[in-house]
Amino acid sequence: MAENYLLMLAGMLLVTYIPRVLPLLILTRIEIPEIIIRWLRFIPVAILAALLTPGILIVEGKLMLNYHNVFLLAAVPTFIVGIYKKNIFLTVILGIVSVMIINLFM
Amino acid sequence: MEEENPFFAGVKVSIPILLGYIPIGIAYGLLAVKSGLSSFETVLMSVIVFAGSAQLISVNMIAVGAGMIPIIMMTFLVNLRHILMSASLSLYFKKTSKSLLPILGFLITDESFAVCSASIDKYEDKGMFFLGLGVSAYLGWIISSLFGAILGNILPVSNLPALDFVLPAMFIVLLVMQIQRRLDVFVAIISGLSSLLFVYLLPGKWNIILATIIAATIGVVIEKWLKTTY
Repeated sequence: MAENYLLMLAGMLLVTYIPRVLPLLILTRIEIPEIIIRWLRFIPVAILAALLTPGILIVEGKLMLNYHNVFLLAAVPTFIVGIYKKNIFLTVILGIVSVMIINLFM
Repeated sequence: MEEENPFFAGVKVSIPILLGYIPIGIAYGLLAVKSGLSSFETVLMSVIVFAGSAQLISVNMIAVGAGMIPIIMMTFLVNLRHILMSASLSLYFKKTSKSLLPILGFLITDESFAVCSASIDKYEDKGMFFLGLGVSAYLGWIISSLFGAILGNILPVSNLPALDFVLPAMFIVLLVMQIQRRLDVFVAIISGLSSLLFVYLLPGKWNIILATIIAATIGVVIEKWLKTTY
């Protein structure tokens, strides 16, 4: 194995690990102002929405807002079951089954 | 009622993540082997870096002959979004042993963060819960990439289109589980739309960072405005 490869992995570890660990180490030791806590409480909802939209609306690099987009179609029953059941595993399984069924008709 | 062991409770909620890692791990392993890495080198990256999208991008860059510095810089840009997740999780780990924090930080990914935020409130020992969740996801990622590397050495290509929907489906249910009031829906819509817009304007995963910061800030401003008005 090339020494360069190990060096590259070490660099990748460093730049990945520092942003992951630093806020955790600092913010658990200090008193966070209330306004920041309120801001942080919005982070999960905001990040999930930001991760989700490109994942289902962009197909092969292009925005696809029509019924040829399998993931967009499958997202509809997935959202409904997610809202009513609030069960991660069940929703994921239903999502996969939806994609399979939609693919049969495509 | 008997208290469930928080570590194993974490392992249990990681199952959908493991399912989602199968297609990504395989895609990564296949690509890595095709770009000239050995199976050992492929898995080693998963063990050391543990970051799906950054690993996929870096093996693509290796395949086209990119140098070490651009690959490391791209990894930094793509993974900087974890800073927001780490800050958000710090709210839960105030009572967690300080010696555990360096390990918990390593285990922060989009998926572990999302599952954790949705279910951690139920558990007293939040550190152990996230440790179980994170370690299980980490092992799952390593095994999936090993599987992908092995497949890459025997098969020409392999694709599992339905399994590619696992992570989007998981993000959908976790998103609806996080939503408690109308303002959350509004913040989600702002963030989702901004992310979509920025994906075309910015490299790496900066669309996620920028969209999250904008949407969360708008959320705080509106919350404050609602409080002073009513």
